[in-house]
Amino acid sequence: MPSRKKPVDAVIIGYGWTGSIMAKTLTDAGLSVVALERGPARDTAPDFEYPRIVDELKHGIRGDLWQPLAKETVTVRHSPGDVASPYRQYGAFVFGTGVGGAGVHWNGMLWRASPEDLRLRSHIEQRYGKKFIPEDMTIQDYPVSFEELEPHFDHFEKVCGATGTAGNLRGTLKAGGNPFEGARSDEFPSPPLPPVYSSQLFAKAATELGYKPFPLPAANSSRAYTNPYGVRQGPCNMCGFCERFGCFLYSKASPQTTILPILTNRPNLEVRTNSYVTRILLDKSRTRATGVVYVDEGGQEVEQPADLVVLSAFQLHNVRLLLMSGVGKPYDPTTGQGVVGKNYAYQMVAGTAAFFKEDVEINPFIAAGAAGMMAIDEFNSDHFDHAAHGFIGGSTIYAGGTGGRPIDQMLIPPSAPRWGTGWKEAVKKHYRHSAIYIAQGSVMSYRSRYLDLDPTYKDSHGLPLLRMTFDWHDNEYKMAAYSAARMEEIVKTMRPDSFATEMFKPGIHFDTRIYQSTHTTGGAIMGSNPSNSVINRYSQSWDVPNLFVMGASAFPQNIGYNPTGLLAGLAYFSAKQMRESYLKSPHALVDA
Amino acid sequence: MSTSRYSRRDFIKVAAPAAIAVAQGVTPARSREPQDAQPKYLPVFFNDAEWAFVNAAVDRLIPADAQGPGGVEAGVPVFIDRQLDMPYGHGAYFYMQGPFHTDAPPSLGYQLQYTPRELYRLGIAAANSACKQADNRAFADLSHAEQEQFLTALETGNVTLQGPPAATFFAQLLSNTREGYFADPMYGGNRGMGGWKMIGFPGARADFTDWMNQQGRAYPYGPTAINGSRS
Repeated sequence: MPSRKKPVDAVIIGYGWTGSIMAKTLTDAGLSVVALERGPARDTAPDFEYPRIVDELKHGIRGDLWQPLAKETVTVRHSPGDVASPYRQYGAFVFGTGVGGAGVHWNGMLWRASPEDLRLRSHIEQRYGKKFIPEDMTIQDYPVSFEELEPHFDHFEKVCGATGTAGNLRGTLKAGGNPFEGARSDEFPSPPLPPVYSSQLFAKAATELGYKPFPLPAANSSRAYTNPYGVRQGPCNMCGFCERFGCFLYSKASPQTTILPILTNRPNLEVRTNSYVTRILLDKSRTRATGVVYVDEGGQEVEQPADLVVLSAFQLHNVRLLLMSGVGKPYDPTTGQGVVGKNYAYQMVAGTAAFFKEDVEINPFIAAGAAGMMAIDEFNSDHFDHAAHGFIGGSTIYAGGTGGRPIDQMLIPPSAPRWGTGWKEAVKKHYRHSAIYIAQGSVMSYRSRYLDLDPTYKDSHGLPLLRMTFDWHDNEYKMAAYSAARMEEIVKTMRPDSFATEMFKPGIHFDTRIYQSTHTTGGAIMGSNPSNSVINRYSQSWDVPNLFVMGASAFPQNIGYNPTGLLAGLAYFSAKQMRESYLKSPHALVDA
Repeated sequence: MSTSRYSRRDFIKVAAPAAIAVAQGVTPARSREPQDAQPKYLPVFFNDAEWAFVNAAVDRLIPADAQGPGGVEAGVPVFIDRQLDMPYGHGAYFYMQGPFHTDAPPSLGYQLQYTPRELYRLGIAAANSACKQADNRAFADLSHAEQEQFLTALETGNVTLQGPPAATFFAQLLSNTREGYFADPMYGGNRGMGGWKMIGFPGARADFTDWMNQQGRAYPYGPTAINGSRS
């Protein structure tokens, strides 16, 4: 029998971005809150201090800040008939753990979704007709609009001290910004940092081709900045250790640098680290959560009763915990019935490496996760006419070097030897004179791409691993080929000595060995009713109304943008409704 | 100050010392730290035969040449030996529960039951026995050209090892070798920051505020290590 803790008003599972947003919301409202975090406590000092943090081997390669796969991973297979194999070593995506979650070691690319991304099915049907959507593609509209989310995107950007240039300010297009973005209610809180050289070359070439390059929206602060909560950030120095590392300068927005400092001394909040939640408890009716069970630091099972449960772990963990707890009906790909695990999606990324002459000084190590980058948005979402192309979705294309870390970020032409004197010649010749350009593309959702519990493999507690059934589809191969071709045109315009593109061509399966992005989505999607979704527009469970599920697990299909802006916007939208309605009188916020 | 305010002449003046430093970087480092002046490293994990294999293989994967220090001189074998004695070597970073689907598609990633230590132990023994079977010499006793030929056979899977798949063993060896050449020197490789100097990576400097507005000009400063040493 687990030991039983004193009941609290709310328990939060996972103390990353959305867990922090919810902890603030609920403690502001006076609730007693316990936040349970599976990983260790982490803060800028001592965990991300210079110089120890700028250790490529420890953090960039071994991944000491990531979730140890030895304890828990996922299994992967390409189609429902296959036997899944465990994701044993890091490759395609990296999971966060510990306070701050993946918000510690993200890059800080802070995009919003495009308005049409949020009503994708209706939009595509209206513009191209119903037949344009393949039969097995299960995309659907978000039950919330861009306009409803906009104030919350804006607020989160202010919380993060985001840098950028508005492209559409209250409906007026502004030079230098993204002309395809939805209308912003305000400017970015801080101006962008100057573009790095690879971005300058990109912007010049893109302009020559008639595109409108703009600074990539970055949660890497460009100046001393105080956010709406009174938390202060310092300017980014382009150290080149952003993604996969914690920021030693208080520049990259993370829960630690934006929200947690004001929560530290709240008497109505207790954060328990190294607390691994294994189940959400339901009452006999199975329509009400009564708390959670977790394994504490000492390996003991503990029950934490609570009136409200917020599930704010990483996307894949959210889905696993719902399945292990028996919340909602698991998705069945043969019948299409059930919703938990449905519409798992991902991203498809193509990269073009440009190799310049030796007088072109790229200085690849001068970089941030997002600041200093330039992007174009012409070929993303539905910003261009897809009719002739026969696919849905697209990519943001950007000058994407996040550093020049030599183990992981070395670029040499594919024709160069992989070892020996020839390899040495190649790395010496190209290291300082090469640049990477990225097309980060959307992935749609499909009937046979989903998440469930693996029948064989267990975590270190003996609980089933999550099983991912996923592979690329024709739509995505076409999307990537089209995006990569546009990217190559830009790179050619820069007149490098040579260039090489890496992308997934038709017939190449999803490959867990190759880093794509950590933007896994879906499995606990939001929708208009319980038959098409796990949660309603306020991120509230249809089945268990005192359970709210945060994060990218809500996305009905993926976008060609980084997910943090959208998932934080959804969290703040939910927070507002909790504050104004739910907490006054707990109830189902949308009629089923 | 914007880039455009620098004249070509200024650019040469500012850049020249850096160019000289880079060009000289390799030679003095070698004369200061000749291989035989290093205290002899006693491997913790590898036995004598394995140590001979690793040194010989690293010497071919990153040979000493005019480009920069060789892998052996840079301490890569020491790096690998130390890594294998750390949790990494014991597979602590990996999900190691069975069953192991060794016939799974390669795109599903590593599916062997071996930790990195086991992969080296079995891989080296199998590689040496494959060499001996061919002409009764261990890998380390082959000529450089023969060693390169054999490594290519491992890389491409054109030799069958009695143990782990040749290409998997080779991939492990190559990736650890590169790590050792470019990781911070505190791990035993990249001695004198020789790997970083060869390519022009400034190491742990991690502050480029002074270069934000000088993009497109060669960054002039050499590397620093995490322990504060400079080069």
